[in-house]
Amino acid sequence: MGEESIGMSMVTFGVLVAIVVGALALIASGIWWFTPLASNWSEIDGALLITLAVIGIAFVTLNLALAYLVLRYRHSEGTRAQFIPDNPKIEKILIGVTALGIIILLAPGLFAYSRFISPPRDAMVVEVLGEQWRWSYRYPGPDGKLGRATPKLISSKNHFGIDLTDPAAHDDILSYTELHLPVNRPVVLHIRSKDVIHSFFIPSFRAKMDAVPGMVTHYWFIPTREGRFQAVCAELCGIGHHKMQSPVIVESLEKFQEWLAKQPTVAATVKP
Amino acid sequence: MHDHHESFWTKYIFSQDHKVIAIQYTITALLVGLFGLVLSWLLRVQLGFPGKFSFLNPGSYYQMLTQHGMIMIVYLLTAILLGGFGNYLIPLMIGARDMAFPFLNMLSYWVYLLSVLVLMAAFLVPGGPTGAGWTLYPPLSALPNAAPGSGWGIKLMLISLVIFIAAATMGGLNYVTTVLQCRTKGMTLMRMPLSVWGIFIASVMALFAFPALFVGGVMLLFDNLLGTSFFIPAVTLFGQQLPREGGNPLLFQHLFWYFGHPEVYIVILPAMGIASELIATHSRKPIFGYKAMVVALAAIAIIGFLVWAHHMFVSGMNPYFGFFFAVSTLIIAIPSAVKVYNWLLTLWRGNIRFNTPMLFGIGWISTFIIGGLTGLPLGNVIADVPLHDTYFVVGHFHLVMGVAALMAIFGGIYHWFPKITGRMFNERLGKLHFLVTFVGAYMIFFPMFLLGILGVPRRYFDFEALQYLPPQTHGLNIVITVAALIVGAAQLLFLGNLIWSAVRGPRAAANPWHATTLEWQTPTTPPPHGNWGAETPTVYRWAYDYSVPGAERDFIPQNVPLTPTVPMGVSAR
Repeated sequence: MGEESIGMSMVTFGVLVAIVVGALALIASGIWWFTPLASNWSEIDGALLITLAVIGIAFVTLNLALAYLVLRYRHSEGTRAQFIPDNPKIEKILIGVTALGIIILLAPGLFAYSRFISPPRDAMVVEVLGEQWRWSYRYPGPDGKLGRATPKLISSKNHFGIDLTDPAAHDDILSYTELHLPVNRPVVLHIRSKDVIHSFFIPSFRAKMDAVPGMVTHYWFIPTREGRFQAVCAELCGIGHHKMQSPVIVESLEKFQEWLAKQPTVAATVKP
Repeated sequence: MHDHHESFWTKYIFSQDHKVIAIQYTITALLVGLFGLVLSWLLRVQLGFPGKFSFLNPGSYYQMLTQHGMIMIVYLLTAILLGGFGNYLIPLMIGARDMAFPFLNMLSYWVYLLSVLVLMAAFLVPGGPTGAGWTLYPPLSALPNAAPGSGWGIKLMLISLVIFIAAATMGGLNYVTTVLQCRTKGMTLMRMPLSVWGIFIASVMALFAFPALFVGGVMLLFDNLLGTSFFIPAVTLFGQQLPREGGNPLLFQHLFWYFGHPEVYIVILPAMGIASELIATHSRKPIFGYKAMVVALAAIAIIGFLVWAHHMFVSGMNPYFGFFFAVSTLIIAIPSAVKVYNWLLTLWRGNIRFNTPMLFGIGWISTFIIGGLTGLPLGNVIADVPLHDTYFVVGHFHLVMGVAALMAIFGGIYHWFPKITGRMFNERLGKLHFLVTFVGAYMIFFPMFLLGILGVPRRYFDFEALQYLPPQTHGLNIVITVAALIVGAAQLLFLGNLIWSAVRGPRAAANPWHATTLEWQTPTTPPPHGNWGAETPTVYRWAYDYSVPGAERDFIPQNVPLTPTVPMGVSAR
């Protein structure tokens, strides 16, 4: 037993250290990490990075402590373990350190979250509609207001279920393929679904929210970089889930308005 | 205990002996788990080598994904920890002759087996099993043709769950009653081993949590079978308005997670108890901070009922709930951390024996650390926004409730194998099984955290449509798949070792680990029906009198009376 304890104690020590080193090396390679941020949500990245740092320190410390303990206190003939059933002082210190770590990661997190759920008043509204297995979009048009829409009115001629009795609906503009957004302007998405639950996720913007039939959900952001990004579906929605995606194009205000002017309006295309 | 003649049928098949029922539960759960493992192989083969196998299409992929999840969480982990370990350990560890209600106990197993058969039947019916995801979110799970297996498959799944809940309730009532009513003389609650505490508290949780799943499951079944709209608002599916309206999909999510999050702890608390036994026994030290360990189990159980909506941060529920559930979720990290510290402090100044059960105990600590810690970003509501439904979540829950729980389960099976069978297992194979499983589990699940940070969504049949992934992502997926195939194959070492050793293994001593708890003090090994011979043992001391100063040996069993030569380590207990 004694001989074998030495061998396995060394092996266990080595494996634990190798796991810590391997994990850190994989992170340090930098190959698999955040996609470059293209929105205002550096606060989300910040809160996440603080959280990852705190848990990273805990992961390394605790595993190395475990590695040390299995090496140092392996069985040897003629020795006996020390009888230490308790130590309230150590326990209190450790609880204190843990609570501190949690406050450090939670406080900036909650602060960022409160901003995330408070869209600015002047944000441009865009409606996102999910269905098996594509995304389509509705812009408010010159009046700046989305017209009423209701699931009961959805038909092959009225994809969004727009209520044509609402005058605000007539100038709404529809896009069945791409989401275009002007750079550096706050946007609030009004997210709906026609059928099952989807989730509108733009990894470069860091934000996602489920699209739930029967509800309108929201999130907001400011695109900060021009370019072509991707929205994907992040809630299992059937066999086409992995293909449900859509281009997101962030461009200058002029280009955006140019594009918008070419898209069909409700008045021109939607029939009751 | 009984003088009447026991036939083969009453002794081994329709047995009311808690130990036989425990073995029945364990074997059934392991076989179901083996099936779940093969499913995970197929999933990983698709992700590592997409397009190479024609029988893997999105429909079959999502069906296997769904069945893998449900099988592993409910029919393997819950069944083996409560039905297997709970059944075997509770009566033996508290000095009882059997469960409080032996017939109900037997019924619990057979009802569980029925639930497994109904679950498996879904693979044989037209359309196959449901592919709506193990969370079974409506409307996907409720509408015809929305997901694969939306005909027979989803109905059998829900019926199987309802049957399972009946089985779990019979078991749970039994475990709780037995712990409260059947403890032997001297076995106060605060002298119980932590395994019993973990299983006891988890059983209480199960009795409170499963009804929510039952209600949600029956309502979903009605939505499927009777055309009700509990969870279905007005929807248009494939261009057709369906004659449904007024339901709310989020209601199901609340019911599901009100069960689903406590379910995590229903699995983890028994595993924590088992791990405590492994670590204390094989480091020859009392568990550090016994009272704190019991309080932490209870605290986790209570707070565990107040955190469910952290699964729903981006579900569209009122966003202000996020503040409450983030705080409650991160508070639960404190009792969980206390447990980790106390396991480490148990090793401190110990005399650690590196046998197979102990290696799994060490593996448990490490995987519970990484699995638990990675729950913090997901609980910290804003950090969950980018990570939700990505591979970060997959890595997290697999490590914490899959791998860590299995570390405790494997360790526990090896640890109690000599008592269960009267024979020793093969140490060399056991150690190999540990090393491959432990290292392999890290290779499978650690890279998933990086994929999640990168923004790779989970439940994807392939990643071809994603344009933001670096080209090396595929390489990482191949590594994960190869590791998964190897780790899966290594489980044959475990099963082979168990089967061979149960028949051919060398005879085991009654108490080969020199353990203090009562199950090791039975007059015969394996213990017969009734466990204790003429008289049940009397308990004089707590469960962890290891290396007591002044004692002759480095352990004093709980049934050894206090005398000046065999002092009790902790007088207060």
